[in-house]
Amino acid sequence: MRSETLIWAAVAAIFAFLFIPIVVIILYAFSAAPIPAWPIMGFALHWFADTWNDEAVRQALLLSLEVASVATLAAMLLGTLAAMAVARMQSAAKEVVSFIVVLPIALPGILTGMALAAYFAFWGVNLSYWTIVAGHVTFCVVIVYNNVVARLRRMPRSLTEASADLGADAFRTFRLIQLPMMASAIGAGALLAFALSFDEVIVTTFTAGAQNTLPLWIFGAIRLGQQLPEVNVVVFAIILFTAVPVLLAQKLIGQSGRVAR
Amino acid sequence: MSLKRALSAFGWRRPGMANTALLGLPGAWFAGLYLAAIGALLVTSFWTVDDLSGDLIPGFSFVNFQQIFSGPVYIRIALRTIGIAAAVTITDVILAWPVAYAMIRLAGPRLRAAMMAAVMVPLWSSYLARVYAWRVILSHNGLLNWALMEIGLPRAHIGYSNWAMWIVFSYLWLPFMILPVASSVERIPPSLLEASADLGARGLSTFRRVVLPLALPGMVAGAIFTFSLTLGDYVTPMLVGGRGSDFIGNVVYSNVGVTNNIPFAAAYAVLPLGVMAVFLLIARKLGAFDAL
Repeated sequence: MRSETLIWAAVAAIFAFLFIPIVVIILYAFSAAPIPAWPIMGFALHWFADTWNDEAVRQALLLSLEVASVATLAAMLLGTLAAMAVARMQSAAKEVVSFIVVLPIALPGILTGMALAAYFAFWGVNLSYWTIVAGHVTFCVVIVYNNVVARLRRMPRSLTEASADLGADAFRTFRLIQLPMMASAIGAGALLAFALSFDEVIVTTFTAGAQNTLPLWIFGAIRLGQQLPEVNVVVFAIILFTAVPVLLAQKLIGQSGRVAR
Repeated sequence: MSLKRALSAFGWRRPGMANTALLGLPGAWFAGLYLAAIGALLVTSFWTVDDLSGDLIPGFSFVNFQQIFSGPVYIRIALRTIGIAAAVTITDVILAWPVAYAMIRLAGPRLRAAMMAAVMVPLWSSYLARVYAWRVILSHNGLLNWALMEIGLPRAHIGYSNWAMWIVFSYLWLPFMILPVASSVERIPPSLLEASADLGARGLSTFRRVVLPLALPGMVAGAIFTFSLTLGDYVTPMLVGGRGSDFIGNVVYSNVGVTNNIPFAAAYAVLPLGVMAVFLLIARKLGAFDAL
């Protein structure tokens, strides 16, 4: 009994460690001071309006939303196809493919970023909106793939066989049996891929030219120590808006599954 | 309609062809972009740059690798990066265990779901937001020093140091360790624990001799993330690390962004690729891929 109390005490401390920084950064969004210091002396709301009216922030937000939408759509298609193939494959080939597919998130971000930078330099491709999207798709595919492959693992093969026995061709089976069963997993994967793309900074710096995504704008502002009150507001908004898709995705996956990154 | 049927029948008789058809698009994407990019990284790491014009000069030269291994600077940076990545991984294993164990073995279903959500929210909330939060907390006038002064202790000078990086990285990647450890604890049949108790083992000895070895794949799976994510970062060192706390990533970043020496940056990025290749091979041996 005593050891259980000890474990729970440790758990409480670790959760405090996980959440104190998030609470702190949320509080700073309402701070009146132009430079963050503790304790917070006064509260103000006008930074929200100032941030909303900042043209640079708006453009960065718009670009991030566009990139995340396109990357997510591409990832839904590619990730689902790859997951369906892997679920059907036999041992040896399956291991190779499932290993290669997760490399973009298993290998360090700097490597993916640098590899893409070298690749675009190799072909003399100018960095643009599309190079950002290409970079994001590489890791967003893995997120969708992970979620769909986990669902297919729990989905008995006998269902598609029964469908074939009843006279449905492969396309009809896909439409009536497989797609409905995968739908919530694809949806969850898409939400998480969107959240990841919206937040990504390490690979993006290597694939973005002159454009700023929202994370690039935040990174630049923190580094230069400028517009910190606006950074506080933007960061608060991002925490709020990414929490929604993540919790929604977890609901879609249900109790039995877990969110795979 | 008949074309669909014919295709379906063909795919049914030859599952290999059907798999190839499914893999075509994602396979082309992967081979054409990701794997080709890794290939381009390896190729350009042997190139050089024209000092005057800044143009890339294709070729096969070991100049970049010689530069990396000739002086102590780049070796020290590599060792710092790998050392902190290892320290972060060990810290996260230690911190993940109480949470994972309590979540699976001690909590009821409702509490477990709540804890799961509580691990998931920081995992997915903005990376930059969390790094920035720590930058503010650890700064001279931050929350940490305020708390220390309130209880009568002197200010700590943790901000902008290797200690700060260790704390922040451990914080950032902790959920990545908790989740696979928890799911591997979940997979241990309770009958094994009962058997261990029947054979006279106390709680701690059951944990050390039954639970811990069986959860090893989960820990290694988590370690892939904590180690790789730390190894490949340059933003956290820039924002919370001090002067002289450069990571491999910072050198790569400044060589691409500032001096525009892509071949040298590529050569230095080959280092984490090699480290991760060794790491993944060991992880595979330990069965971590089944626990991912």
